[in-house]
Amino acid sequence: MQANDPNIQWVEEPQLGWTGRMYLTPIIDGLTITLNHFFKAAKGDTFTVQFPEERPKFGNPLIYRGVHRLNKDDEGRVKCVACFMCATACPAHCIDIVGTQSPWEDREKYPQSFVIDELRCIFCGMCEEACPVDAIELTSMFDLTGASREEMIFDKEKLLSVYDQTIAAEPMKSKGGHAAGKGA
Amino acid sequence: MFSQDWIEPLIKMAVVIGAIQGAVAYLVLAERRAAAFFQDRVGPNRVGPFGLLQPIADGLKFILKEELIPSGAHKPIFLLAPVMILASATLAFATVPVGYYFPAILGLKAPIAMTIAPGMDIGLLFVLAVSSLGVYGVILGGWASNSKYSFLGGLRSSAQLVSYELPLGLSLIGAILLSGSLRMETIMDAQAESGWWWVMLQPLGFAVFLISGFAEAARLPFDLPECEQELVAGYHTEYTAMKFGMFAMAEYMHMITVAFMAVIIYFGGWHLWYIAPAIPANEVGLIGALLRIGILQAKVLVLVFFFMWVRWSFPRFRYDQLMAIGWKIMIPLGLVNLLASAVSQEFLAKDAYLAKAVVSWLVLGACFVYGMLNVNPQGAPSQHALAKV
Repeated sequence: MQANDPNIQWVEEPQLGWTGRMYLTPIIDGLTITLNHFFKAAKGDTFTVQFPEERPKFGNPLIYRGVHRLNKDDEGRVKCVACFMCATACPAHCIDIVGTQSPWEDREKYPQSFVIDELRCIFCGMCEEACPVDAIELTSMFDLTGASREEMIFDKEKLLSVYDQTIAAEPMKSKGGHAAGKGA
Repeated sequence: MFSQDWIEPLIKMAVVIGAIQGAVAYLVLAERRAAAFFQDRVGPNRVGPFGLLQPIADGLKFILKEELIPSGAHKPIFLLAPVMILASATLAFATVPVGYYFPAILGLKAPIAMTIAPGMDIGLLFVLAVSSLGVYGVILGGWASNSKYSFLGGLRSSAQLVSYELPLGLSLIGAILLSGSLRMETIMDAQAESGWWWVMLQPLGFAVFLISGFAEAARLPFDLPECEQELVAGYHTEYTAMKFGMFAMAEYMHMITVAFMAVIIYFGGWHLWYIAPAIPANEVGLIGALLRIGILQAKVLVLVFFFMWVRWSFPRFRYDQLMAIGWKIMIPLGLVNLLASAVSQEFLAKDAYLAKAVVSWLVLGACFVYGMLNVNPQGAPSQHALAKV
């Protein structure tokens, strides 16, 4: 872009008035602005969230990428068909699936074990996008804590329990997919 | 057996030192809360109700942290520096009055003056001299740390404090001329008896005093000695645990000293029209004594709040700007103020306060107009204008 481009709007620095030249009005302006903020915050109008007591508000919890959950279908069975798509898509290699023959008629395989190492996960959401049956989803749970590394390796039961905890607030993002389609 | 003459100063010392230390601890909390409010935050509010136990947690943390002495540090001086700075900051309170008189009740022989060393005729000089000794701690601490950041911070600090000592002293002379004494009690009495606070008669002197006071206390916008972006933490970069705590305490004490001096010399001390008028020392009742202590402390707290307010309102000066303001603006202004107040003191009657006030405000206005004509309308003072001053 050239300096004489007509689209450039040149801003002239405002000239200081007579009192401004001795910094009198700028000083008073500055002090007024900060004092207004002081009283605003003293009245309790701050952005701060008192975290453990008060939960932060999300714009849309459905698009937040927090802790994973394994969805269940209408009959309460795990939706996952052990296709390994998520484990393949995962850039952090944190998903470990052991598939086995399904006891149900509507699919060939189901996960005997489904383990996510939450400490390795980078919460990119690729597993969620790769899943053909919408079985794995990221919830808006962000305050994940644990006292040991072992505790942070989530197995199938734990991931299903995350589903039970969050399904009321966060419905499944789609009703599609193999197992749910048959059930419905 | 127990004579009031010698037990009284001991009690006063214990009370004042204890109160100052407690005040410093709670001022740190107050500053953190105020800083948070100025930035639309909440600040520390977890330890105790409203965070009121935070200073105790901070103190415990300072005591329990590891004490590090850097290799190559000059150990005796490294250990001596925080002691020196804290001792000089505390010693300055020896002549600072914290109220008027306490009545002679409970079998006391005479009214108690609210000063550790009452009647010291060079009180003001003593405060200036002793508080400027603090620069010893700064430069020794910076040098003994064996760190370039500390050393540069110490050098800057000593240059800054030495430069601003001059306008600080100059600005006070006008008020001293008006009171006719260097005794802090007499300065307050003179204001109470006349009913005029010296800030009305010495506006230029007060402006110079306040700006130099900010620089003396190394508060923003003059906190060059510990300018984080350039010097990590300045002269106390290498200090840990309670030694660092002592530096921090001394800094707050300097701020309180400047606030006390401003209130005593320019804002009438314990005087407030109609509520706390001038009365003889032996006629003060218990309520009057407590009222006067309260008024003085309230004024000091307002000024301390102003210090915190300014801290979050203005950016730090560049080092050359700091020196230019000190030597090219503050000292000439101090001299102008000294000349004006000496002339009006000589040629006007002693109690012609209104005339003296008019003269001093005219002088302030003249300085203001001179400044306006010599400052570049684009903002920053032109090199031409600075070179001419």
